[in-house]
Formats: sequence, C-alpha cells, structure tokens
Amino acid sequence: MIKLDKVSKKFGTGVLGLSDVTINVDKNEFVFLVGPTGSGKTTIFKLLIRETLPTEGTVTINDWNIIKLPKNKIPHLRKKIGVVFQDLKLLVDRTISENILLPLEVAGVKLEDAKKRADEVLAQVGILEHKEKFPVQLSGGELQRVAIARALVLSPEILLADEPTGNLDSATSWEIVKLLSDINEKGTTIIMATHNSDVVKSMNKRVIGLEKGKVVRDDKRKKEDNHSSHKASDDAKSMTDKPEGHGKEKSRSSHKDLEHKEEEKE
Amino acid sequence: MKFLKAMFKNVRRSPYQALAAVLIMMLTFLTISFFVFLLSGSSRIVSFFESKPQVTAFFKNETKQKEIDDLTQKVKEGGVVASVKFVSKQQALKIYQEQNKDDPLLLDLVTADILPASLEISTFKIEDLSGVSKMLKSSPVVSEVIYQKDIISTLVAWTNAVRKIGIALIVVLSFVSLFIMVTIIGMKISQRKEDIEIMKLIGASNWYIRWPFIFEGMFYGVVGAIIGWTIATLALWYSTPFLYSFLKGIPIFPIPLDFLFIVLGGELAFAILLGFISSFMAVLRYLK
Repeated sequence: MIKLDKVSKKFGTGVLGLSDVTINVDKNEFVFLVGPTGSGKTTIFKLLIRETLPTEGTVTINDWNIIKLPKNKIPHLRKKIGVVFQDLKLLVDRTISENILLPLEVAGVKLEDAKKRADEVLAQVGILEHKEKFPVQLSGGELQRVAIARALVLSPEILLADEPTGNLDSATSWEIVKLLSDINEKGTTIIMATHNSDVVKSMNKRVIGLEKGKVVRDDKRKKEDNHSSHKASDDAKSMTDKPEGHGKEKSRSSHKDLEHKEEEKE
Repeated sequence: MKFLKAMFKNVRRSPYQALAAVLIMMLTFLTISFFVFLLSGSSRIVSFFESKPQVTAFFKNETKQKEIDDLTQKVKEGGVVASVKFVSKQQALKIYQEQNKDDPLLLDLVTADILPASLEISTFKIEDLSGVSKMLKSSPVVSEVIYQKDIISTLVAWTNAVRKIGIALIVVLSFVSLFIMVTIIGMKISQRKEDIEIMKLIGASNWYIRWPFIFEGMFYGVVGAIIGWTIATLALWYSTPFLYSFLKGIPIFPIPLDFLFIVLGGELAFAILLGFISSFMAVLRYLK
C-alpha cells in the first residue's frame, strides 16, 4: 500500500536526511518508526504527504506515484492521509470543534453532516465534552486526542502519527497508543513514529528502525515469544544494532536491498 | 458563504488595516464621483448652449428705435434667422430683477439706465451664427456682440482641462489604492502564514485559501466606493441651491436619480474589479 523505493533526501544544506530507504507497508498494518532525533522519521512522513520531494527514489501510495503527482492533486492526496503532527498544528484561534470541522470544510462536506461527523470522531477519541473549548484550555493528552480526531475525521486509509506520545506521561501515552490500536483494528493503516521503548516493546507490532537516514532494522510483526519482543525494545532504545535479517518475508526484500548496499560500500 | 464568513473574520481581526484599506478606496471613489459629477454637469451646460444657437447684440445707449428697427429688418432678410427678439432697457431690468429677486442689494444698485437694450437672434443652424454676428458687429449702433460660440469654446476648453486633470488624478489614485491594497492583503497573508500552512497540510486547495482574501479585497473596494459616492452625492445635494442660482437658466437641476445610481453602479463595478485585481496580485505574490 505504501512503498518507498530507494528513497534518498538531501537537504539544501547538503545534509543527507534519508539515504537509500526502502520500506513497504501493507494495508491495515501498524508500524512503529523508531530512531533518535534527526534519523529521518519526520522526513518520511513529509514525503508521504508530499510536503517535500525526495532527491532520489520513488514514493508510491495505492499505486499513486507521489513524486509525479501534479500539484493540483496534492490536496486530494492529503485528504486521504490523516496526519498527527509532532507539534499538533492545531489552530489556536478556533475551538476544538472548529478544528475538527476544518478538514471536512476543506473537503466540501455539508455543515450539518460535518458537525455530526466531528461529534462522532470526538466521541471516539473521548473528548466530546471539550468540543467548545479552545486548544489552550486543554491538557497535552487531550490536545493529542484532538489532533488524532482531526486526522481521523475524513476516515483516511492511512494515519501517520509523529511522536504522539512525545510529551505525555506513561499512563496517558498508553491511552493514546490504545486509541491508535483501536483505530488500526477498524481498518486504518497506521505508521507511528516514536522513541517510547516501553510502548514499542509491549505492542508487539512491526518495528522499522532508522538511524542517520538509513533503515537499520525492519522487523516484520514480532513473533509472540518474549525474546524478540525484547529485541525490538532494545532497538528502540539503542538504535545502533545492525539489521539482523530475521524478519518475515515482507521485510526481507528491504533487508536484502540494505545488505546489498552495504556490500557495495565495502 | 463559508468564504464570506472567513473573510469577515479576517476583517474583524485587524480593524486598522481594514480601515486603511477602506479609506484609500473611499478617497479614490470620492474623487471619481466628484469628477464624474463635474464633467457630466459641464457637458450638459455645453450642450445646453449648443442647442440654442443664439447671438446677442447690445446697443449703444444713444441708439434710436428707428436704427434698431432697420437693423432688425436687415438681419431678417438673410433667411437664416429663426427669430429676432428685442429686449428693451425696461425689459432687461425686469429680467435682471427676476434673476436677482432674492438679493435686495443687487436690485437697489441697478436701474434701467445702465442696462443696455439688446437684440436676441436665434438661427436655425449653429453654423450661421458667425455670419450673423459679423454683420451685427459691423453696425455702428451695436456696442457689443455676445456670440455663444465663444462661450461654448471657452467652456469646452475648460471641460477638457478638467477632464484631463480628473483622469490623471483618478489613474494615480487607482494605482495608489491598488498598491496599498496589495500591501495590506499581503500583510494579512503573512500574519496568517501558520494557519495557511496548516490548512494546506490537511488538504486545503490553494483556491480554498485564496478566496477569502480575494473577497476581502473586493469587500474593501465596495465599502470604499459606497462611502465615497455617498459623500460626493451628499455634497452635491447640499450645494444644489448655490449651484442652482449660479447656473441660472441652465436646466441641470434637479439631478435625475437614475444618473446618480448609474454612477454608483459603475463605481461598484470598478471597485470590485480593483479589489479583485489587488488581492489577486497579493495572493499570487504572497501565497506561493
């Protein structure tokens, strides 16, 4: 469903943001994107909503070549992908309800239907009672839910969550992750960037590790044994391990690519 | 509708910028209104004179009735004259008194003696006026010939000058308001950069973001035009009694209402165009 093929991104300053990244994500998957700050997690998200273009490689979503997408189709793409931004990007001068209504308004949904849908989503994330408040009146966890609700309101096929537990205490983080997990079970593909190792450890989902713009680990859905689940959390913590190639078939191709590249370097 | 709502929010949130935009538009349309009134008034005065091909010959004080009759006869002989009307000193006084009946001071000063008797001659065609006036000028009993072609050409010259000044002023002011509007809308766009970025990220198309700004520009134009027109119209209405006595006998007043509304309509169309162009320029410049 989501396919990054040998993607590299060089920034204007000459810094390599991503280097030869190949990732495949299937429909309905829940993927953790882990790695230290500056490892390229946010850059991948930006590529997926075409906020930025790769220097090399192709990005495909649902057989759409994002790189070749004409400019006037970008809004169309962005309506299909819900994004929970790292800095939330809520409009501070609008109420929670108005913030949630915005994507619907932009998509041209009739106001009555839009209000109904907004209430639905706010109830789903559990903050319906705050809908007339402004963002400054809400706590961090509540704001995170608002951002998730806004990302969900157009029922996207893909939800990208960039550090949604970044500033939250562990109890609240868990609530947020559970919420995302519920959403995933209802059929939405989710990619979540995080460095919360506890969360990654216990969720038992696929983990893609990034470091300095390279994929250093791509474990297909963990086996149910404790050993590998610990392995994943270790990766999330240290991010220095080399890929070990014991993932399942889906990830194997990308591993092969990576190994292949490394051979070339040597 | 949602664009209009967003637009009013924009206007409400920066009242000083809105005020500046409306005032510059108002100034432009006030000037336009004044010049339109002035030019249409003076062109009506010109056409009034043109519609009455008339020469007035004033007689010297000592002229005898016999000499006047002879001259009248001579003028009529050409066949080009439509009518000849003799105005005696007494009649001239009456006309004068009628014209200045509200001003006793002017009435006291003037007696029949100082007003000359005159002959008002109309021709069928305006071209024949110069021949008739030449003939009158050659007569020894005529002191002065007022020939309306002179009045008309003076008036036309003045009207042309006013038109040139007006057009120049309107062009300059239109450009000034255009650039001020571009700046104001540009400032507003910069202020809302973050909002705009967020809206784009959640899938708003460029036009979804642009329309409120474009409506805002047109809104300032329309409000400015209405205020400018209203001020000019009130000023015209207020000065009507004065102008009426100043332009005695020339039927300009009352000014037809539909003329005023045609002016308003034209100004509104121009205001919408000006607002649209300026905010469109701002949007292209600041919203890449």
